[in-house]
Amino acid sequence: MTLNKIIIAASLALSVATAAFAEEPQKTPNTPANATAASAPAVAAPAAVAPAAVAVEPAAPAAPKLTVKKELKANKFITLSMFAIIIGITLGVVIKAASKNKTAADFYAAGGGITGAQNGWAIAGDYMSAASFLGISGMISLYGYDGFMYSVGWLVAYITVLLIVAEPCRNAGKYTLGDILSFRTDPKPVRAVAAIATVAVTTFYLTAQMVGAGKLMALLVGVPYRTAIVGVGILMVAYVVFGGMTATTWVQIIKAGLLMSGAFVLSVLVMAKAGFNPLHFFDMIVNSPDIQDHVTKMLLKDGKTGADLLTGVDAGQRFLEPGLYLKNPLDQISLGMALVLGTAGMPHILMRFFTVPTAQAARKSVIIAMWIIGLFYVLTTLLGFGAAINVTPQGITAVDAGGNMATLLLAQQLGADIAPVFGDILLAFLCSVAFATILAVVSGLVLAASAAIAHDIYVNVIKDGHADQHEQVMAARITSLVVGVVGIIIGIAAEKQNVAHLVALAFAVASSGNLPVVVLSLFWKKFNTAGVIAGLVVGTIASIGLVMVSPNMTYPKLEAAKGAKIIAAMEKKQAALAPGAVLEAKDLKALDKAKADVLNKDGKSILGLDTPLLTLKNPGIISIPMGFMAAILAALAFPSKRSEDMFDEVYVRQNTGIGMAKAIDH
Amino acid sequence: MAEKKYDWGAIARNPKFVELHHKKSAFLFGWWIFSTLYYFLLPIGAAYAPGLFKIKIIGVVNFGYVFALSQFFVSWGLAHYYAHVANKDFDRMTRNLIDELHL
Repeated sequence: MTLNKIIIAASLALSVATAAFAEEPQKTPNTPANATAASAPAVAAPAAVAPAAVAVEPAAPAAPKLTVKKELKANKFITLSMFAIIIGITLGVVIKAASKNKTAADFYAAGGGITGAQNGWAIAGDYMSAASFLGISGMISLYGYDGFMYSVGWLVAYITVLLIVAEPCRNAGKYTLGDILSFRTDPKPVRAVAAIATVAVTTFYLTAQMVGAGKLMALLVGVPYRTAIVGVGILMVAYVVFGGMTATTWVQIIKAGLLMSGAFVLSVLVMAKAGFNPLHFFDMIVNSPDIQDHVTKMLLKDGKTGADLLTGVDAGQRFLEPGLYLKNPLDQISLGMALVLGTAGMPHILMRFFTVPTAQAARKSVIIAMWIIGLFYVLTTLLGFGAAINVTPQGITAVDAGGNMATLLLAQQLGADIAPVFGDILLAFLCSVAFATILAVVSGLVLAASAAIAHDIYVNVIKDGHADQHEQVMAARITSLVVGVVGIIIGIAAEKQNVAHLVALAFAVASSGNLPVVVLSLFWKKFNTAGVIAGLVVGTIASIGLVMVSPNMTYPKLEAAKGAKIIAAMEKKQAALAPGAVLEAKDLKALDKAKADVLNKDGKSILGLDTPLLTLKNPGIISIPMGFMAAILAALAFPSKRSEDMFDEVYVRQNTGIGMAKAIDH
Repeated sequence: MAEKKYDWGAIARNPKFVELHHKKSAFLFGWWIFSTLYYFLLPIGAAYAPGLFKIKIIGVVNFGYVFALSQFFVSWGLAHYYAHVANKDFDRMTRNLIDELHL
């Protein structure tokens, strides 16, 4: 299983939930194991771009500011009760769906019986991961404008889905990426390669989600990491194995509903603090002394001096301007390309279009999804800025350096302002939203990976398409079970790994491998087997290869240099303390890690490098053109008369829906 | 599953189909390019025109914020415009084609 090796080998940083845990509430004594686990994610930010700046406050000997220690404490009883309600409702849906899964079309595409509106909610539920929910609001709460700018690409991505892939895929496809690509090519090799690409994308994404889920649940409700992974894993397997697409769809719809309700309630509370006046809300941001102080410190860290070092209201205003977080424009453009093209190449998103009966319903579903996703990100701005105003950036980083707990802290605080018990309830509600979010996303991924293996590889490659409905459904269920179990094992194995870059990697592969071949298959007459295989292989390998030599990986030499700086800073800090006083627990942790890093100064990255070969964390700007070029050149080099002759059929089908493979196979 | 046989080449040459796919392609790719360019103005502008992004528009709200917010409205607007055109023109043209072919 080279894939597993790649994943486990991959060591780095990001993704929502992963981040969090540098700073667990100090109630637990720090065992060494605990400390190591916590050290890696210290920095991670939401989706793939976290700079590895260890949060060391510049030692200011003058007046070490005492930050108010905020604690995130979910009421276990209320939280677990809400989890139980969600589990109960979703399992009820599964039981109802289970009896209906008689054919492959039922299992993979809910028999084509999902309406446009339902599918729109399900797409939103499938798409918005915990990274969107917790990570982006956290990024806004710490870096202001850049977090908002970052969120835009996640919505704009749906224009590509709407205009280029949704309806053609509904008209020309059946259950999987392989179905679309194998239409006028040599089906066996194309399906096999398409299935591998699908499994690669979903495995990267799933690993990031599982590790995030484990850490988040451990933090929020105090269950051990492994128990959390196994618990989430069992539910995910149950939904998919017994309920197939129907149950997965409903889990996603329920999740999207909960997510929007949570965001809406919290936004109302935030706006109430500003008297429901948006302009006053922005004034509060600019005039918050905590935000101003936070911005000044960030500018100081960036080495700004003199007139560039803003203070007071100017610093507050700076929070609404770009550049506090996203500092490499090329990397941003690269990420933007991966989002805009990658979303439309994500197998679990493509698969959703096979669940609706017509192209019109597919169109409607994207538009509904765009409203939900867009509104959610607009509300996220309110939550992020609201957390900066009410919880303060200092309070947020005291709980998690990456800011991932900002929304939850906000809920706890605004709720408690009304009544202490309401704070517990609101926090518990948002924890269960996070829980439902994880379940919905991982279920969609498991289903997409299983469909690729069972439908493309088993039924169409191994069995030549000769499998009756019963056998197909059995194969799908067994594969889902296996995929789910493998997901749990990888999740446990990757506990100590830095998985943050895996989300970026998933989008890079989807945009460089999958999307070019889907578009060329649907729109270019001369496209053929050689093109599909070359595009998928080159796009996928280029993305993985570029990430392996990017700053996402761990470079022991660079870590050692950073470690040396941290040790120096800590020694200074220690010297400034009263005699006999000890550093705070978080500083001690950072010191331990720094010492370990320095010891490892002769280590090499996974590929034996001392420093990254590439400055980009997001390879899209290089790998996407490579994917397109490989697909086009290979198709021209190995022309196929049959593929050209069949183009009329594909083109007429995708444009008109004539001869559409009926989702309901009788 | 007995699938009906169609003469795909003949359908592809049908003037009604040719008109449909010309109109559709022009619309889809044209607007896709527009929306993509509009989107990339955001990271490019933030990086290379920070002065512009700082200009205050209403109160402390600056151009950068309004521009980022406009991305949402442009996306939603385009989605609805597409749905309008597709429901009105593309779907009707498709139906006319199918009627003519007696499918």
